[in-house]
Amino acid sequence: MKIMVPIKRVIDYAVKIRVKPDKTGVETSNVKMSMNPFCEIALEEALRIKESGLATEVVAVSMGPTQCVDTLRTGLAMGAERGIYVEAKGDLFPLSVAKILKKLIEIEKPGLLILGKQAIDDDCNQTGQMVAGLLGWPQGTFASKVLLDKEKQVATVEREVDGGLETLCLDLPAVITTDLRLNQPRYATLPNIMKAKSKVIKKFTLLDLNVEIKPDLEIVEVREPPKRKAGVIVSSVDELIDKLRNEAHVI
Amino acid sequence: MEKWRAANRLLKYSSKLRCDRRLNLCYVNSIHSSALGLTRGFGETCKQFQPLIFRDCSKTLQEPVDRSLFRDACRIQYRCFGFLAKEVKRSPLFSTLSADDISYFKRILGEKNVIMDEDRLVTANTDWMGKYKGSSKLLLQPSSTKEVSQILKYCNSRRLAVVPQGGNTGLVGGSVPVFDEVIVNVGLMNNIIAFDKVSGILVCEAGCILENLVSFLDNQGFIMPLDLGAKGSCQIGGNVSTNAGGLRLVRYGSLHGSVLGLEAVLANGEVLDMLGTLRKDNTGYDLKHLFIGSEGSLGIVTKVSILTPPKLSSVNVAFLACRDYSSCQKLLQEAKRRLGEILSAFEFLDEESLNLVLNHLEGVRNPLPPSMHKFYVLIETTGSDESNDKEKLEAFLLHSMEIGLISDGVLAQDINQASSFWHIREGVPEALMKAGAVYKYDLSLPVQKMYDLVEELRIALGHSAKVIGYGHLGDGNLHLNVSAPQYDDMILAKIEPYVYEWTSKHHGSISAEHGLGLMKANKIFYSKSAETVQVMASIKKLLDPNGILNPYKVLPHCVSSDG
Repeated sequence: MKIMVPIKRVIDYAVKIRVKPDKTGVETSNVKMSMNPFCEIALEEALRIKESGLATEVVAVSMGPTQCVDTLRTGLAMGAERGIYVEAKGDLFPLSVAKILKKLIEIEKPGLLILGKQAIDDDCNQTGQMVAGLLGWPQGTFASKVLLDKEKQVATVEREVDGGLETLCLDLPAVITTDLRLNQPRYATLPNIMKAKSKVIKKFTLLDLNVEIKPDLEIVEVREPPKRKAGVIVSSVDELIDKLRNEAHVI
Repeated sequence: MEKWRAANRLLKYSSKLRCDRRLNLCYVNSIHSSALGLTRGFGETCKQFQPLIFRDCSKTLQEPVDRSLFRDACRIQYRCFGFLAKEVKRSPLFSTLSADDISYFKRILGEKNVIMDEDRLVTANTDWMGKYKGSSKLLLQPSSTKEVSQILKYCNSRRLAVVPQGGNTGLVGGSVPVFDEVIVNVGLMNNIIAFDKVSGILVCEAGCILENLVSFLDNQGFIMPLDLGAKGSCQIGGNVSTNAGGLRLVRYGSLHGSVLGLEAVLANGEVLDMLGTLRKDNTGYDLKHLFIGSEGSLGIVTKVSILTPPKLSSVNVAFLACRDYSSCQKLLQEAKRRLGEILSAFEFLDEESLNLVLNHLEGVRNPLPPSMHKFYVLIETTGSDESNDKEKLEAFLLHSMEIGLISDGVLAQDINQASSFWHIREGVPEALMKAGAVYKYDLSLPVQKMYDLVEELRIALGHSAKVIGYGHLGDGNLHLNVSAPQYDDMILAKIEPYVYEWTSKHHGSISAEHGLGLMKANKIFYSKSAETVQVMASIKKLLDPNGILNPYKVLPHCVSSDG
């Protein structure tokens, strides 16, 4: 069985985000870009499944500007066998991504699609669900544990829901999106970085895939959250009560 | 015979030394500190030193009171040159605080900046390791150079001893009082005065916390030329006064290079304005250097102007395993050659250090499982071109792996991974603190010989304690630490003076970046000649004739106690 893992290149989790002065988006030039942490978890899970003998190949997919190839190399250095890069200019919103993934799945025919539950840049949390919808596959979102049964062709997914865990049984092929607690991704070791250099990354254009991207969303404005006001030290209990009552309106 | 006698005396003394100085039981009234040991070459140094002291003393001493002190000094000198240890006694030259003093300080600083509250004094009296403890009854918080000047002028006229204090993160007992010295903390002087975006020159007050400067500069697109583990509490004035080294020294050099100017207040209250912002200024003696690394013994630094490098966007970190120490060395040579302008840190730790971190710090995992390696090296590169730098580093690492210098390694793929590698290296001191008692030594040694000391000490100590070595390999700076379940004089006797003698024999420095403070004031001769120390003593005498600034520290007690 083949597992496909889409990975997204995003502004590094540890970078302080700055909004562009014209409020059209956030500053990305000269900013460290890395793999979306949830995608890393997805890839790690796919690699673990492969290493336990339940899958034969892990294919990493990325789309967008050419630098996405660097992110794919990271994926290959972690242990994916092959990469697929889809060249696309401009904004890619979840529905477009889902449509491209659907096409790739029709070509590659994986038994399992594992994605991060969301990307840390747009926080959409939609792509996995949309692909599952487009393909008509069962989905297990926010997975905190994944078990595969090769004979029965089922995946058992434990997911974190409000106040507890829910266990789902999915027939393969299926879509799984990963939550933070699923695993701890590995580091890229030097021998694997070396091996990754000779691994193949196949390039597609939107034309090759015959997918038409229509911008179905428009970003109107991006704003920074309001700055927190400095605290004040009150001099008496009476003043505190007065402030709570008349300024904060909480008592 | 002479040798035997000396050894015998040492034995007698060590049995007397019941109270453990590292547990600071005896720091309230008196200090025990083991004196200089004698190596062969060292004995000669001492002989040369004696007449120099005599000459100096006879010139400066006139009064009969001083005569007796002079004899005292010579006696102490004699004692500390033997294998003996001596007690540091509170100098009788210093006055004690009176009610008038307090009211004077209250008048110039205002009520709330004259602190006599027990709890706050406990914190200010104790160093962060809990190893050194003073008994000061007064903490002053000036908020301007003028106030610092008024304080010192007054203390000098009253002969009140003063200990300047910044973030109190030092490791050698330099920032806390030994007895009842008045603590002058410049923490309220925390304004950024100016920043020039074109030249990258920052002018600020001494009490600015390093991390606040880092975040201020981050917004301007610059970084501080120094970075250290204590950045969240240490202050720039303290950094400059102790010439703090840290993690970026291999790239940006020491503070003697990046500090362009400073303002300092002398013991008599005079303000020396040397706050230049010029990179080049050859007009006379460059006196600012006297205040960089003199640990507050010549004056209190109140303002600093410092050259800051631009923040570069591409940072890469690799954590590597090496089979033996000679591979680490060769790797350093190769890294300097092949990574050249982008190399920004080259740190190493041994297997024992990594084990300590893995066992004592939560959430740390071995980056290179499953096996352990003898040595680990952390390499950081900082440059301006992400893809170019990464390619360069990868090519270097792969080449080093092919020729067998590296046995395994990981390359951080994002900032989070990079910080977790740094956390391992920076977490060693914290892990040591959690593991029990720790004897810390901060040595500069020729890189080739650096690790021999660790191995030899390991043999000498056997199973009684764990010896670990880590540090800034790129700067030839070894942090040699001995970790034991508890402080034990037997262990200490095996380490000291052995470590100091070894360092001296190999022309190293017994204090690479921590300073001498109280801990190593008497050990200065292991690294500096008698003539040099004599000049230091003369400078001290010139700038601080009453010796009120940070007494008992930096200079050996046999030369400082005569002033």
